Amino acid sequence: MGTLQAIPLNHYIFLSVILFSIGVMGVLLRRNAIIIFMCIELMLNAVNLLMVAFSAHHGDGSGQVFVFFIMAVAAAEVAVGLSILIMMHRNTNTTDVGFLNKLKF
Amino acid sequence: MVVFSKNPIHSVLYLVLTFFAIAGHYLLLNAQFLAVVHIVVYAGAIMVLFLYVLMLLNLNVDAEPVKKNWVKFAGVLSGGLLMLTLVATFHKAETLPLIQDNPEIGVTANLGKILFGEFALPFEISSVLLLSAMIGAIMLSKKEVKK
Repeated sequence: MGTLQAIPLNHYIFLSVILFSIGVMGVLLRRNAIIIFMCIELMLNAVNLLMVAFSAHHGDGSGQVFVFFIMAVAAAEVAVGLSILIMMHRNTNTTDVGFLNKLKF
Repeated sequence: MVVFSKNPIHSVLYLVLTFFAIAGHYLLLNAQFLAVVHIVVYAGAIMVLFLYVLMLLNLNVDAEPVKKNWVKFAGVLSGGLLMLTLVATFHKAETLPLIQDNPEIGVTANLGKILFGEFALPFEISSVLLLSAMIGAIMLSKKEVKK
């Protein structure tokens, strides 16, 4: 017998939409590459939250396992991305993405 | 807050706050295992990595060049339009009460059964992915050897 939660499913959808939009706005607005990475993390987390909400709603554990995999991929992505960022800062002394419009130095 | 604070370190701290809030939502959804993993991985590992890179590169001065006003306006406008579209899409959906048929689904034992039974192969592949990312990060951030 299922337990009824106070928060309906729609509110989780709206929260995820708002978080995702904030992430998109951050990617569009800022030019610091670190902040762009953080906004990508924010978008990934919005999707994770939605997935956990639907997984709890359907009573199926597969969604939470997928969220676990997404976390692993996000960790790998952040490690590689930050090392690319360090290389970029070493070569150009800036983390401004507008500076990297040449693809080759 | 993450987007609009000028100082990147403040931005990181606000992001940590957001991650703790999301972990609280996981707890509310009876996903205890994911809540703990979320705090450990995000607030513990990824954010420390971000802070470390910020300190390493000494970026805590706001040296960001000022963008043109119309670019900012276009960014806010397109983000707002995306949010408006998505909200309008889901607004019409009927309000479903969140009924949890099986509240035990997020407990570690049940998740482990699914993870190592049905998803054993993706689990192994993700371990290879993490290993390759580790090697790649080390190779990328190593200083180039002068020939």
